[in-house]
Parts: sequence; structure tokens; C-alpha cells
Amino acid sequence: MNQRALFLLSFILLSSCSDIKHNELSKKGVIYCSEGDPATFNPQLDTSGTTADATSHQLYSRLIEFDPNTSKIAPGLASSWLVSRDGLTYTFQLRRNVAFHSTSYFTPTRSFNADDVIFSINRWRLDNHPYNKVSGGNYPYFVSLGLNEVVEDVSRINGYRVEIKLTRPDSSFLANLATDFSVILSEEYATQLLAQGTPSLIDTKPVGTGPYKFVDYRKDSFIRYQKHENYWQLGDIPEQLIYDITTTDSLRLAKLISGECDATSYISNSEIGAIEQRPNLVLNERPGLNIGFWAFNTQKEPFNDAKVRRALALAIDKNTLIEAIYLGSADRAHGLLPETSWAFEALQNDTNFNPALARQLLDEAGIPPGFSMDIWAMPVQRAYNPNATKMAEIIQSYLQDIQIDANIVTREWSTFREELKNGEHDSVLIGWSADNGDPDNFYRPLLSCQAIKSGTNRARWCSRRYDDLIQEALLISDIELRKTYYHLANAVLAEEMPLVPIAHAYRYQAHSDRLHGLKINPFGGIRFGDVEKR
Amino acid sequence: MLNYTIRRLNLLFFTLLVLSVVSFSLAFLFPGDSLTNLSGVKSPTPIQLASLQESYKVDSNYFWQYIAYLRLLLDGDWGISFTSQQPLLDDLSTTLPATVELSTYAFTLAILIGVPCGIIAGLKHHKIFDFSILSASLLGYSVPVFWLALILIQLFSLQLSLLPLSGRISLYFDVPIQSGFIIYDIFQAENIDKTAALRDVFFHLILPTLSIAIMTGTIIIRIVRRSVLNVLEQDYIKAAYGRGQTNAQVFWKHGLRNSLLPVLPLIVTQFTTLLTNAMIVEVIFSWPGIGNWLIQAIYQRDYPAIRGGMLMVSSLVIMFTISLDILIRVIDPTKGRKIRVAV
Repeated sequence: MNQRALFLLSFILLSSCSDIKHNELSKKGVIYCSEGDPATFNPQLDTSGTTADATSHQLYSRLIEFDPNTSKIAPGLASSWLVSRDGLTYTFQLRRNVAFHSTSYFTPTRSFNADDVIFSINRWRLDNHPYNKVSGGNYPYFVSLGLNEVVEDVSRINGYRVEIKLTRPDSSFLANLATDFSVILSEEYATQLLAQGTPSLIDTKPVGTGPYKFVDYRKDSFIRYQKHENYWQLGDIPEQLIYDITTTDSLRLAKLISGECDATSYISNSEIGAIEQRPNLVLNERPGLNIGFWAFNTQKEPFNDAKVRRALALAIDKNTLIEAIYLGSADRAHGLLPETSWAFEALQNDTNFNPALARQLLDEAGIPPGFSMDIWAMPVQRAYNPNATKMAEIIQSYLQDIQIDANIVTREWSTFREELKNGEHDSVLIGWSADNGDPDNFYRPLLSCQAIKSGTNRARWCSRRYDDLIQEALLISDIELRKTYYHLANAVLAEEMPLVPIAHAYRYQAHSDRLHGLKINPFGGIRFGDVEKR
Repeated sequence: MLNYTIRRLNLLFFTLLVLSVVSFSLAFLFPGDSLTNLSGVKSPTPIQLASLQESYKVDSNYFWQYIAYLRLLLDGDWGISFTSQQPLLDDLSTTLPATVELSTYAFTLAILIGVPCGIIAGLKHHKIFDFSILSASLLGYSVPVFWLALILIQLFSLQLSLLPLSGRISLYFDVPIQSGFIIYDIFQAENIDKTAALRDVFFHLILPTLSIAIMTGTIIIRIVRRSVLNVLEQDYIKAAYGRGQTNAQVFWKHGLRNSLLPVLPLIVTQFTTLLTNAMIVEVIFSWPGIGNWLIQAIYQRDYPAIRGGMLMVSSLVIMFTISLDILIRVIDPTKGRKIRVAV
């Protein structure tokens, strides 16, 4: 071999890695880059968006579904229903021949029937139910709405007809049955697990009637679902659905661009430009049913004084916050409800930026200059507040102007929620995403007395007047009349100011143009049941 | 020779001992209860607690606690991870192979690039070819590994959309973990298209391998070039030319062996540097190896995992280095401890 051959050899070695072809992978699967691990595979047990996204519409079906296009309720596993004239009895006619998932750990011998409905509701409703205490036994959604007390009885009329009796009329009841959390579990599987002595498997190795069935899950890594061949709704869905758990925002975007993900969640506002530049990516935008707010712990001095709360509300400029934190992709919040809700009040009172008045009110309330308070900023990014820490810093500077020293407090997310629940905060920047289109879904979990116990009332504020109003509103089915009650409740809030509404953020979702049928679900979790890949 | 081996093994023994002491004391230095940090069991039942206290000898003094810890380590009971609730040794046995695999490929690539380029540069020294290789290698040597990795991602994944940027195989392929070495596991897996899976693995390997290999490759170029230059100045080379042999004859008969043999140990010791680089690159490419796993453990304050991972990585590096020392002594008894890296 001469030198030229040697040179040629090393050249080949050097260039051997440039032989790159485009990687065409299986068209049969969809990969979704999700932002975190689900807490459980049963959405009854958790209200977090991550859990709902991962499980609710993929593994399970509900009696009633929301139509994502019209936002109205539509038949699900119940093909039709009747409501008695007094609004106390609901009768559901169930769909026949709906198959449960057949998996490596469970083979169903019968299709869906009334027993499954009764089991699924009684699990969270009855304290003495054998499954009530399984996997922690917390059903935050149902408890925060008091649904366990609203439902008096669930009974079987025949195999495909179920009757639900309520203790009092509740005009949001059907909407609650259509949320991410009201999923139908398999009673047959539960009985089998109970006999085996491993009931908690029902929440980790799930069985449902949804479009996909569970195959495998590895923490911090992936969830693997497979197509449910006997899914009761027709649809040409891909063979596989995989959740690629990617906690870093920028990495999710990078994977979407490089084609390793077909869709991703929680796009941050600063990334929107990068997505719009790519011709092969689709960006969906929708005004979200959510609210980001600043809540005061009304059980602590001096925040139990409405004057102090009002003063603090006057000290901040919401428009600046929206520009700086949401980069303009949010609407200013005047009250709890966003404009898309039917009960939205256009002429609602709102606080305007007025630091002079704020200082004056504080003087009246006896808060001296130099008073120090905590602002708790949640450590995670949510649609309703993409950067709570930065928002806290801006608010801190506003409070400086009225001679209040604010300390920013942040903790790891689960500790944060735990300590919030115990009421250790002075004030907190957090928010809420609605689970259904009903206004009650904002008013009750956020500020009712009962929601203090279940931990969703961050202001720990309890007002008889307010509770009575939102309770009355539920007894009425006439929409116009219900609106009036909510407007009266708004007046109470404007006066008492337990929390400062800041913004209703838009929701974004990005996906590759090869996916068809992926829409933003205005009420909670993402739905892959209608998604096709071409 | 025997004396040398014993001295080295002695060093190995004491270093490992020190490491185990350090890892044991970490459990006390980290926040929280030391028993929890050692065992990884966060909220034990009273029965569990009693048996843990028994096996970790919590009631005796630090010395006996350390002995109990050492015994458990040797038994393979390293405690469990806070986050995954799996035995640490299981987690390590899935992540470590991924790192070893990546490092091995990268090292092979580095040698394949470095040795030929180094020889050419040496043979053509002070000519344009030599200068271009030298400046390229200086560039490669100066670029931080993580930065290079990001540039490669930016170019090949984000701009050109040619190569994947995360993981070691697409999630479409359901490959059960058996050995932790992905290629072996693919051959063991059922119900997957093996050719497609291997191709996918290859594509996933390119960028991480390249970003680690370039740095080590450039070091190897410089080592080899220097050695070739040294050899070419030797009298026996001049003698060979004097006998009328051609360039090629001189090089293949006298040059190659004599220039590669003394630097072989130097090249092999680059492996430990490469291993640390690999751990950094893993984080960037979400490679499921031990570097990534350790970073996650730090983020999630998984103290048992930090302790176990640190112990595992440092023990491996030390064992590797010392066995290499012995091996070098066996190959070339004249060199021994006088090895200095000349770059």
C-alpha cells in the first residue's frame, strides 16, 4: 500500500459517518411529548392536567362526553338520558356491546353494563365501598364539588339502564359527569383484583373502554398504549400511542421540530414564533377556560381585612403583568370567568392600577410602611401562569412602591401544594383550569367554604352569602336566571377581593402536519381518539 | 513485576476503602435522616424500620455502622432509589451499560480518526497537510464537548432534520431491557423489525458518538503525530533509508510499529476522560446512561441514588485505571510509571 492508499483509507474512515439517510419510521404510531409523569392511571384520583392528559380520554370513556367543537354535552357510554321534572332523578340508557380492554393482565368476559357505572360512581361516593380507600382514597374533584353528598343513590333498573338520585337539584350535574374525572372503570376487573388481594392494581394497570389500552409505563421515560381493536366508536386510529415524557420545555420543542414527537403540550409563549416558522408544524390556539390569580390567605392577619386585600389589588398593574408574563397571549381577567363562558359578565367591576389609593387604604387599615409579607410563586409552568416566579418579582417591585416588602417563596411542587393546603402562605400566585364548561366549575372549587378542606380554595375564604348564591344558582335550570346569581356572586367578590384575578391565558398546542384531528379540548385533557396519522 | 502488581492492588484496595467511607459519610452529610439516605426507604412500616435498623446497625457507633454498610454493599444491597423505588443496583445495571456502550463506540471512532490522521500528519510534517490536520485538531481540542453537542443538534437535528436528538432508539420499537446493551437487546427482542431497529439505533448513535469522539480523537492525533516524528528522527530509520528502502517500506517495516507501541498506553488512558465527557453528553442527548441518571438524581434530591452512582462511577474509573497500569507494565516493562502525556 502506498501513501495515496493510506490517505484514501483514512479519508473513507473519516467520511464513513456522513452516510446519512432520512429516517422514515413506522407510520403506525403517534408519539406525544408530555411534560411529566402521571400521578396515577385513574383520573378519579387526581385533578392534575398531566394525569388527565395521559389517561382520561385515551384509556377511558364517560357516560356523557363534551363535544370539543360545540362545547355542548353529547352521548358517550350513555346513549340517552332523562331528567325528572323536579331535577332529582336522572335515568341513563346505556350503550350495548361496548368492550373493555383485553390486556395481558385481564381478559373481560362481558361487555360494559350497569354494574360498571354503579361501581365507578360508588367508588368515590361511598366511604364504606371496598375500593374507596384504595390508592390513597382521595377523590379531589368530586369532593371539592361536594358531589359525594349530592348523589343520594345509584341504582340498576336493568342491565342497560341506571338511575341516579340526587339529594338536591344540581344543574351542573350532567356537565360534571362529562369531565375528565368521571371515567367508567370495569367492575369485573375490580372484583377479580379484590379476589386476588391486589386491588390497587386497578389504578396502575388500568382497564377501560377508551380508544387505547395500556401496555407499559416507565417513570420519567414513556407510556406505551396500543390500539383497542374493539373500541365502540369507529375510527382509523394508529396502532400505537406513545407518551414520551420530556420534562424540559425546550427539549419538547426540539423533539417536535426534529420529528421525534408528533405533538406536544404546554408550549411556552416565547416558543410560538419558532413553531410558526416551520411549514410542517401546526399551531392550535384557543382562548382557554382558565384563570391565573393572586390569592390572599384570608385566615391570616392582616389579610383577613378586605381593605388590605383591596389595597394590594390596587397596587399592581395587570396589563403590565400580562405583557411581561404572558407576552400578550392572554386576556385581562375582570372576574373568575373568561369571556368564552356563557355566564361572563361584561360590565364587571375591576380594580385599576392606583398605588396612591392603595397606600391610603393601607394607612386606614393600620398597615405601616415597611410591612413585610410573603408571595408564594408556584415552581411549575401552567397555561394560566407560565412563569409565576417572574410574576412574583414584578409584583414585588409594585409592592415596594407602596412600601411593602415582599419575600418570594417557592418550594418543590408537591411540597408547595401540601403547604398551601395547610394554609402556610400569606398570598400565592396560582390558578385554575376548568374541567367543564359550567360556571360552577370556577365559583365552587375556587372559593366555596367546602373547597377549603379539599385544598382548592387557595384564599381559604369562606362567605355564607357567596356560598348561598352559588348554591341557589345550581337549583335553577333557566340559564338567564342562573346568570343573575353568578353576577351577584361577582359583586360579593369585587367587594371582598379574596383573590385578584389576573389573566385568562390562551392555550396552545403544536403538532406535526401529518396528524389530523387533534384539537385543543377546551375542557381538560388531550384526546387522541379521533387522531389519524397520514 | 509481582512487587509492582501488589503495590497497585494495594492502592486499589485503599482507594476503594476511602471511596466507601466517603459514600457512607455522604448519607450523614445529606439533609434528612441518615438511615433513610442509606436505605432509600422513605416511609417504612414499623416492621421494615426494625429490620432496617437491624441490618444497618443504627444503634452501634459509626465504625460498626460503617462495617454493616460495607457488608451490605458487598452483598449487593445498595439500598433503593427515592424516586423509582427500585434497588439501586438494578437501576445502575440498566444505566451503566448504556454509558459503556456509548463510550466504547466513541472511543473506537476516536481511534479510527486519530491514529491515521496522526500518522499522516507525522509523515507529512511541516507541510500543508500537517498544518491543516494540526489546526483542525487544535480546534476540536478547544471546543467544549457540550457546546459541540449542541451545535451538532442545531445543525443536523433542528436545521436539517436528518438525525434524532434524544434517546438511543425510537420509542416505536418496544425493546425490553435485558442486558442494557441495546444491540444485544434488539437481537433478544421479539416482534420487532430488527433491521429497522438497528438502523434506528445507528442513527441515534451518530451525534452523541461524534461529539464525544472528536475531542478524544484530536488528542490521539497529537499523541500519534508526536510519536511518529520522534521515530522518524531515529538512527535506525536513517539506516533503513540508507539501505535504499522506499518511503513505504521504511514506514511499514520500521516506522509504524515503533511509533504506535509506546503511545498505546497513552491512548488507552484517554478512555477515562472520554467517559466523563460521555456523561456530560448523555444529558444533552437524553441518553439513558449513568450520567443522565445521576443528574436526574441530583435534580430530584434522590440521595441514595447520588451516593450509589458516585460510588459506582468512581470505583469503575479507579479499577479501570489500575488494571490499565498493570497491563501497561506487562506489555512494556521499561516504561512503567514514567508515562507522561506529551501532546
